[in-house]
Amino acid sequence: MQFRLEPRGERSIFWVYGSPVLAILLTILTMGAMFAVMGAPPLVALETFLISPLTSVTGLSSLAVRAAPLIMIGVGLAFCYRANVWNIGGDGQFTLGALAGGGLALFCPTEAFWWFYPAVLLAGVLGGMVWAGIVALLKLRFNANEILTSLMLVYIAQLILVWLVTGPWRDPQGFGFPQSAMFGADATTPNFGATSVHLGCLLAPLLALAIWQIIGRSVLGFQLRVVGQAPRAARYAGFSNAKLTWIALLVSGGLSGLAGIIEVTGPIGQLTTGITPGYGFTAVIVAFLGRLHPVGVIFAALLLALSYLGGDAAQINLNLPNAITGIFQGVLLFYLLGADILILYRFRRLRPAIAITQAAE
Amino acid sequence: MDMQSAPSATPLLALRGIVKQFPGCLANDHVDLTVGANEIHALLGENGAGKSTLVKIIYGVMKPDAGSISWAGAPVTIASPAHARALGIGMVFQHFSLFEALTVAENIALGLNNPADRAGLTERIVEISTRYGLPLDPARAVHDLSVGERQRIEIVRCLLQNPKLLIMDEPTSVLTPQEVQKLFTTLRRLASEGCSILYISHKLEEIRALCERATIMRLGRVVAHCTPAEKTARELAELMISAKLKTQDFAHRIGHGAPPRLVLDRLTIRSNQQFGTDLKDISFSVAPGEILGIAGIAGNGQSELMDALSGEIPAGSPKNIMLDGVPIGHEGPRARRRRGCGFLPEERNGHGAVGPMTLAENGFLSAHVRGALDRLGLINRKRTRDFAAGVIKGFDVRTTGPEAEARSLSGGNLQKFLVGREVLQQPGVLVISQPTWGVDAGAAAAIYEALVALAEAGTAIVLISQDLDEILLLCDKIAVIAAGRVSPPMPVKQASIEQIGLLMGGGEAMEAAHAVPA
Repeated sequence: MQFRLEPRGERSIFWVYGSPVLAILLTILTMGAMFAVMGAPPLVALETFLISPLTSVTGLSSLAVRAAPLIMIGVGLAFCYRANVWNIGGDGQFTLGALAGGGLALFCPTEAFWWFYPAVLLAGVLGGMVWAGIVALLKLRFNANEILTSLMLVYIAQLILVWLVTGPWRDPQGFGFPQSAMFGADATTPNFGATSVHLGCLLAPLLALAIWQIIGRSVLGFQLRVVGQAPRAARYAGFSNAKLTWIALLVSGGLSGLAGIIEVTGPIGQLTTGITPGYGFTAVIVAFLGRLHPVGVIFAALLLALSYLGGDAAQINLNLPNAITGIFQGVLLFYLLGADILILYRFRRLRPAIAITQAAE
Repeated sequence: MDMQSAPSATPLLALRGIVKQFPGCLANDHVDLTVGANEIHALLGENGAGKSTLVKIIYGVMKPDAGSISWAGAPVTIASPAHARALGIGMVFQHFSLFEALTVAENIALGLNNPADRAGLTERIVEISTRYGLPLDPARAVHDLSVGERQRIEIVRCLLQNPKLLIMDEPTSVLTPQEVQKLFTTLRRLASEGCSILYISHKLEEIRALCERATIMRLGRVVAHCTPAEKTARELAELMISAKLKTQDFAHRIGHGAPPRLVLDRLTIRSNQQFGTDLKDISFSVAPGEILGIAGIAGNGQSELMDALSGEIPAGSPKNIMLDGVPIGHEGPRARRRRGCGFLPEERNGHGAVGPMTLAENGFLSAHVRGALDRLGLINRKRTRDFAAGVIKGFDVRTTGPEAEARSLSGGNLQKFLVGREVLQQPGVLVISQPTWGVDAGAAAAIYEALVALAEAGTAIVLISQDLDEILLLCDKIAVIAAGRVSPPMPVKQASIEQIGLLMGGGEAMEAAHAVPA
């Protein structure tokens, strides 16, 4: 039996939302098969990976902590992608945000001013914006592809971070570890009660809702969507492509920077070489899985946050390698991109070949 | 109904009871069609009448839900376009599929089913093109060729396969009157040599001049088989569209002697498109209440002129374009709209409108400046919806409402919406390109009425169109664009078709027109 892909001629609304569901189901099946190959009972492993982290208060608060940066970066990327600007350098903007805000927190004479912590956050936002701004500048000035430049800037940011925490910013009392001093109390993201849930976990969904309103209701959001869907129509309407590219990149860079500074002033508490487990890249999956919709991004971020926790749980309880988190994310993206074909195409069974040869006579 | 003229011998192609159902629309409802040997047969109907669907079934692109096809007397199932070509059916599409950067011969070679056919291809191209009066140089690159020459490539490509039936889809919409005459000579010659022609069009005079028999479709059904020469154009039109045609006799307004609203002064612009046309030294002016038609063959700088007038491409100097005495050459589209200009480009999808967005949003796209549809940086949803609803009502747009997506509308309905969107903003100057391209006769009439009413209210209108009939019907003055130059405008009443045709060809006629100050 042979199949052929046939254009539908229109977007299938069913598959716009059905494709992530199908991708998640296929990912779970694949992960089960992979667990079986690795010698772990599939159902037990899947339960450990996907369900056990959700069964305790500690687990749920960890989920919120992991999801917060993914939501912030993911919603910024969704905003950016709406304008057809493909920023995949969220990780670099996250790192620069952490460095800019972290630098201020470490080296400004700290007095307990109430505005010091907001100033640190603002510095983080600006750091992310600068890093994304370079991408905008290169794209508009030299027509350089933003996918490449934003990706390359991730590695530059990473190297700056390593240089700083192993060199000039290394904690003199840190026994030579590549890390900065801990941030002071006035530059620390507050937690809620005794849990690990911090201010960022509240801020992230609020920002997502704000971006949702901007995309849907504001003139700016409208311009962004027009540029993304029909660049010529945007020109016809007189919307400036350059201005919108700047805004798209600065907003997504700023949100990534904010995620970075909250992460280092919150759960981590200092600058180290390992401040991000690839949040910026995972957020790309988050943005697409969430269909570039801020509310979808919140749900997608929760699922991918779960994959980090599940990886830890599988490592501790089943002795499976921690790399399954990355595999889960990769497989999910793979299936998502594959299933997205169904939005524009349908499978059609080919008629038996005999009919065609007969007809040709 | 007139069936006597059907040929008595076995017809070449006979369709019986063809049915094709699409979601929400019965595109072909028991359609019968018979094409005899040596016959030039017209398939006539408005956009949306089901002509394209029927042709796609004949050419193997689609399969009918019911009905039978017989080819030279034997029943067939046409499985694919390749199969159709193997049977001897060739098709020249309305929109060409050519690679601009490749030569004529390379383009033709790419379309061949069998690579072995490439040997001696150049010689065969030359032979066929001279035999049928289709001059073509196989070594030239396509981007240097006129639209008429490109069409010849497609025809020669079909003729290389020795077809017994050649399907031509709206072939004359891009040709000058002279080129149309040459094409007709070629088609008559082909028919006399045994290649039947199925000629799809909605241009009635052409069909009366060329075709021996006609099948007329309306709303998916065949409404008549007739002999076009025995009918007047008006009778054919009435068969094609259900209602009696409203008499369209727009009194041509005479210049009021008022100062011109829009003045172009030596506008010269380099095209921003690869293989685009540069605009050279364009000067004209339009007075209030005046409609200036810019005629010309596609690809002679119309889209560049549109972009220059709308502000999508800035002019070299602000004074190249003056609006009510104010230089606006450097202003962008929004600033020009704020001054009271309205624009509507030729391409609806992705330029004049955003397909996946709702009609309300598409209204906002161009009307938010003058319609005050935004407030404090937010979209005023109520005003936006009301504006779109007003356009839908005022221009009889058939749709479910302002929340319908633009792409869900038929071409004619979307165009009515877009024209209405610009007209309801009551612009002082309106620049509109190809307003009735791919639009059915009913919608076209509504668009014409709206434009004339707008001009009567004092708007200066520039109408860029490849449809000469449209320009002659609506415009007070006519100018011709060829190779990026625009001839001095002349009153429509003084213009002759021959003169316009020569100007469309550019070259010497255009030089002469510029040498004599109008």
